[in-house]
Order: sequence, then structure tokens, then C-alpha cells
Amino acid sequence: MTRFLQVVWLVVRKDLRVESRNKEMLVTTLFFAVSCVMVFAFAFVRGGRAVDGAAAGVLWIAVAFAGTLALGRAFERERYQDALRGLLLAPVDRPAIYLGKLSGLLLLLAVVELVVVLMVALMFQAPLFEHPFRMLALLALGTLGFASVGTLFSAMLVRTRSRAVLLPVLLYPVTIPVLIMGVSGTNVLWQPEPDLAMVQLWTSLLLFFDAVFLTLALWTFEPVMTE
Amino acid sequence: MSGRGRRARWLVVVILAVVLTGTWGESTLWAQPTDAAQDGFVPMDEIPPEEELPAAPLVMTAYAVAWAIVIGYLWTIWKRLGNVEKELADVGRRVSAGDRAGTGA
Amino acid sequence: MTRRLFPVLAGLSLLFFVGAPVLIVRAPYESTMGLVQKIFYFHFAGWMAMFLAIFVLGIASIIFLFRRIRSADQLAVAAAEQAVIFGLIGLITGPLWGVKAWGVWWQWDARLTMAVILELILVAYLLLRQYGGPGSDRLAAGLGIFAMANVPFLYISTEIWRTVHPRTSVVPTLPVDFGLPLWWSVAGFVVICLAMLSARRRLEEQRATLDELYLALEDEA
Repeated sequence: MTRFLQVVWLVVRKDLRVESRNKEMLVTTLFFAVSCVMVFAFAFVRGGRAVDGAAAGVLWIAVAFAGTLALGRAFERERYQDALRGLLLAPVDRPAIYLGKLSGLLLLLAVVELVVVLMVALMFQAPLFEHPFRMLALLALGTLGFASVGTLFSAMLVRTRSRAVLLPVLLYPVTIPVLIMGVSGTNVLWQPEPDLAMVQLWTSLLLFFDAVFLTLALWTFEPVMTE
Repeated sequence: MSGRGRRARWLVVVILAVVLTGTWGESTLWAQPTDAAQDGFVPMDEIPPEEELPAAPLVMTAYAVAWAIVIGYLWTIWKRLGNVEKELADVGRRVSAGDRAGTGA
Repeated sequence: MTRRLFPVLAGLSLLFFVGAPVLIVRAPYESTMGLVQKIFYFHFAGWMAMFLAIFVLGIASIIFLFRRIRSADQLAVAAAEQAVIFGLIGLITGPLWGVKAWGVWWQWDARLTMAVILELILVAYLLLRQYGGPGSDRLAAGLGIFAMANVPFLYISTEIWRTVHPRTSVVPTLPVDFGLPLWWSVAGFVVICLAMLSARRRLEEQRATLDELYLALEDEA
């Protein structure tokens, strides 16, 4: 087990080191997420007031779009000089590689979300600090669900033609439940008087989704990536 | 893949399964949906008769569409199968012709 | 085996399809919705066939992914196409019923949303098969498994919303007069789904043979 975790950590460290050299993914994804929120702000804020219930939707759409961008880049990078093949040839557990890539992406998305959430709260006057821990749980579980499916799919797509188009085409329909749960939960939470039992329900549904999809991804990663 | 690696993977699976059952047991999960979902049903039978649409064309269209889709789809399968089989026979001839040429030379 | 099975299935589906209208016409009118309720028999049956196809897709994908059995992959492609076809029937007959019963063609209601999303996932699967290029078969199998796993989540996450769509739980409680044509139609759709499945699988089989022949031809050249 310790060896498994070691491999996970090694993959994360590798990705972090590559990222720290040029910060390409962080900067581009962050900029994309911010411009996404801006576009929605232009569309949904009329006369200084946001359309009812728009904030939660904008937040999750920005996360999903920025996440797709990051997912595409994370594995595009592994294509240079056949780095992915080297990674897969290493005598380690394939699921550990998957978890390493996933963790790296989650770290990146956490930074992006920090900025996006603050921006949405500012521009749409969302009561962000009423229930910070519930918000945090929703965001963390939602991102995990989205990224766990996304990491698997973008890893699978590395060797395919037209992967840039196919990633969103495959990823969005499958992850729509995550977005439904995330948006609904956030929406309830940002009501003037939130129904906390409902928030609890959406959060536990997200946890359930994450557990099932993470298990499935770990289970299928090896046979899918074997040539 | 080593035996140890397999064990590690299954351990992860088991941990996730525990989390999963824990969430499943969450009583709110099943208490909430039923009452929230039911009270939205509004029967629309109080519309004045002059605004009502005639039902017969709708029913006819529905059945026609179902039949048309099934038959249309069957036709495309048949068409595609015919094309592939024609090509198959064509290539098969070329392969056997090549074989004969190969043994003859 | 499929070749002998196909005429049987085709005959059965013809029987069901010819019998269904007779039974449906003779079924009594539903008290609040009247004639338009008769769309229900094909609508419900279409969705049942779609769920069957998704189930076949998921199982076949698992078998292909872990056992690498080529014919399972061919079955998965066929099942995905069936699911799209029957989903389309459901999506078209639904609004035709809804416009009369609810007064609108479409509503972003729980069940309808779920139906559209399922159809989207399956179309995505077919797109992947079409444009993925070589090596996309394992990828598609992965997607097939996720598609099947998504069904319960969609069911739950949309079920919590307020819904105008009748609940599926009314189906087993239906009186015999409604029940007989309904289950007849369901059986008909299931049989025709299986018949088309085997025909479509045969097409995939022939395509594989064709590819092999082309490869053999290239080797010779």
C-alpha cells in the first residue's frame, strides 16, 4: 500500500515540477475560467442585478469548462516524446498512475476554483460565507466527480484522432449528473434561507457518485490503457 | 502486474465500496425525494374544449413515427449489409486470384 | 447461431407488431386523458427496449474490456445503435402525448431531462465509434460502462425534482384491460430490439471480415 501511495506521489510530483517550470496550465486555465465568468456576468447581470439562481449555474459551468481545458492539456503533455508510453511501461500499478494524474489535476482545479468562487460571489452577490464548509464539500465532491471521469476519458483519448473535439463530446453527457447535483446543491445553499437537509442530500448524492465513478475508473484504467 | 499491485488495487476498491455503502445508508437520501417529487403534478383536464387539440392526429403521428423509425432503421441495416457483402465478395475474389498468381509464380 | 435465430425473431416481431394495434384499439379509454393516452403503449415500450439496449451495451463493454472478445465489442456497437433508435421513438412520441396532456410540447421536467441526457450519452458513444479512429474500441467500451453506470444516477438526480411526468410505479398497478396491450407492446419492442440487434451485429461481423481480407490483400501486395 505504501508503495502504491509512493507511486501516486511520484506522479503528482512530476506533474507539479513540470508545471512549476513554465506554469502554462495554471495560467491558461485560470485566465480561461475568469473570462468565462466575465462572459456570463455580461449575459446575466442586468441593471446591477443578477438573474435569480444564475450564480450557481455560472460557477459550475466555469468549473466544467476550465476543467475540460486542463484535462486536455494534462495528457497532451504526456504525448511529447512518448512520455505516456514511458509512464505506462514503468513497473508500477496503473491505478496509481491514474490517481497521480487525478491528484495533480485536482490541485490545479482547486486553485482555479478559489478564484472563480470569489469572482462569482463578488459579481453575483452570492452569500458565500454563510455556510463555508457545506460549500467547500459541494465544490470538492463535484470537482472530484468531474475530474475522476475526465482523467480517465482524456487518458483514453490520448492515442485517438480528433481528441480535442471528442473530450468534451464524451465528457459532458456522462458528467451531467455531477453538474445537476452541484448546481442544485449550490442553488439551495445560496437561497436567503437555505434548506440544509436538501443541501445534505445533494452532497451525499455527490459522494455516492464519486465513489461509484472513481471505483469504475480505477477498475477500467488498466484494461483501457493496455495496448 | 505484481500480486502486491493487485492487492493494492482491490484495497482501494474496498475502501470506496465502504464509502459507497455509508452514503447509501444516508437516510435523507430516500426520505426526501418522494414528497418533493409528487406535489407538482397538475392534470390539464380543465382546459376549455375549444382550446383542446384533437387527439387522433397526435396518436396517429406517434404510431406512424414509431413504425417509420423502426422500418427506416431496418432498411439502413439491410442496405449497409448489402454494400459490405458486395465488397466482401469483390475482395474475396481478388484475394483468391492473388493466391493463384502467387502459387503460379 | 445468430443466422438461425434471426428469422425466428423477425417472425415474432412481425406477429407482435401486427397484433399490437388491434389490442391497442380495443383497449378502453383512459378516463382523464382519453384517446391520446393510447400513445402510452408504444412510448413506454420504446423506453423499455432502450433500457434493455443500454444494459446489453454495458455488459458487452465489460466483457470486451476484460476478456477481449471481439464479438462482445460488435454486440456493444449494435446495442448502442438500438438504444439511440428506441430513445428516438420515446423522445418523439413523448412530446406528441405531452402537447395534449400538459398543453406544451416540451418541459424541462425531471424525466424528460433524463431521457435527453441518456440519448446524448449514446449519441456521443456513436460519435466516438465513428470518428475515434483506430484503437477507439477499448475507449468506447470504457464509455459504454460509464453510460450504464450513469443510468441510476440520472434516475435519482432527476427524480428529486418536481415532476409532471407520470411515475413509472403506476405501471404494475394497471388493470388488465390496459395491461394486456401494454405488455404485448413491450414484448414486441423487446423482440424487435433483439432481432435488429442480431442483424446489426451480423453487419459488424461482416465488416470485421472485410477488414481482415483487406489486410490479407495488403500483405500480398
